[in-house]
Amino acid sequence: MRFRTLKELAAISLEESKTLAEVMIEDQAAETGVPREEIVAQMADYYEKMKEAVRRGLTEQTVSRSGLSGGDAVKVLDLVENGTPSSGDPSSRAMAYALAVSEVNASMGRIIATPTAGSCGIIPGVFVSSQERFGWSDEHMVNGLFAAGAIGYVIANNSFISGAEGGCQAEVGSAIGMAAGALVELRGGSAEQAMHAVGLALKNTLGLICDPVAGLVEIPCIVRNGLGAVNALAAADMGLAGVRSAIPSDEVVSVMLEVGAAMPSGHRETGQGGLAQTPTGRKLTEGLMKGRKPLEPESEEAAETVKTAE
Amino acid sequence: MRFKNVFSIIGPSMVGPSSSHTAGAVRIGLIGRQLLGEEPVSAKIALYGSFAETYWGHGTDLALAGGLLGYATDDARIAEALEEAARREIEIVFVKGVGMAPHPNTAKLELTAADGRSAQVLGASIGGGNIMIHEMNGFDVRCSGEYPTIVVLHHDRPGVIASLTAILSDSETNIGYMGVDRKGRSAEAMTVMELDSVPGQDLLQRLRGISDVIEVIVINLNSREAQSQ
Repeated sequence: MRFRTLKELAAISLEESKTLAEVMIEDQAAETGVPREEIVAQMADYYEKMKEAVRRGLTEQTVSRSGLSGGDAVKVLDLVENGTPSSGDPSSRAMAYALAVSEVNASMGRIIATPTAGSCGIIPGVFVSSQERFGWSDEHMVNGLFAAGAIGYVIANNSFISGAEGGCQAEVGSAIGMAAGALVELRGGSAEQAMHAVGLALKNTLGLICDPVAGLVEIPCIVRNGLGAVNALAAADMGLAGVRSAIPSDEVVSVMLEVGAAMPSGHRETGQGGLAQTPTGRKLTEGLMKGRKPLEPESEEAAETVKTAE
Repeated sequence: MRFKNVFSIIGPSMVGPSSSHTAGAVRIGLIGRQLLGEEPVSAKIALYGSFAETYWGHGTDLALAGGLLGYATDDARIAEALEEAARREIEIVFVKGVGMAPHPNTAKLELTAADGRSAQVLGASIGGGNIMIHEMNGFDVRCSGEYPTIVVLHHDRPGVIASLTAILSDSETNIGYMGVDRKGRSAEAMTVMELDSVPGQDLLQRLRGISDVIEVIVINLNSREAQSQ
């Protein structure tokens, strides 16, 4: 790719009068040797699957294998359709859709990792609800995914996108930044405004730890996806309004790296700290383990090793 | 650049809940199936670290079984993969891996085919559904499965690798990465080559024709079999 930083990405977009999406599509074609039409067709297929995940999460029973999660998307959708959500209809609809996709994920349904499965609800939540609201074409949305991908590419290569490496700021945080920047472009904002939206969004999740109960992508991952979608809408609005990230977005990404590297392992997807180790988190974990036979060691010889080690 | 491609950020298409514990596990299973060259009749799967601790909630067991059955990462049948394996009379046993593993999310697969042949894979799921194979059939060799990969079992003799690369060069096939390991001096060796293009049958036949080459296997997570239906 011709860009390593958000600044370089925005500069190419400005100099060549191309959208972020167009820059990403061209660079992807050049890097992989795959024809442009195939690249766009694959992303279009991914967008179809995102819409399908939203639909499933809102209309079908989604209970996870552990039984710890499911059914919250429908509750929020009911509030949107039959009540008065405090955050307004568009925000709470994005929230319901994001919850829906994350619940489908937890129930072993099909999703697109954006950038990971743990953060797979935010981009579909923002994209599908915005498409319905603004009447955008699928083609427009697919371009938006390339814009989100370009932003994610920079974050992933300069910091982290996995909770095991950099905490939840790297997963949910990255997804919020990607969704916010892409939404600015989808709504006709400039590349510069999109980059500010990314920085504004990422600042708000710096330090977010990854502390899933029983190590499963459910508590608190699903609600963080719902709230993340709302944050992405808000950050895009700030960017579109002309609010600037006083600390340049690339520098915010480097802070994510700094904070993630310093994060104790108990707060990086191990289930050994944070919400996972609260009294309730421990109780839920014990409940899941009850009656479940632990795996036998791989051989008798190995079993001896385990005994000795203990 | 650790991530080279927009689809490593948006994607893969997968069944949940975890890109590393589920999608990556499917891919490790698929590589085992491809290394064996057919569907196994039995499998002993050792889970290490976080795979061993959280496999049940993440469906890592279902995902590995799905890979052995030839499912892609987004195949809806993954959720019933163990039942399907039982229907196909494939015996799958899960055990806890003991000792050092290269990564917190690691699985070791020991597979047996109907005719008694066996294959062994040690693979790590390194995040976002990406994997790294660390060991195949006891050889310390690496591959990611992202590129068409040729796995060559051969005798450790002077000139074998030169013969392999000469044939690839002759067919204008570019090697992106290559690794070699041997059981001992003049014993059996394995050479793994990640290619920029899918090797054709002619090329494979020529490689198999080299004296001292015992077996040539192709591994490719992007092959038609490994794609969603």
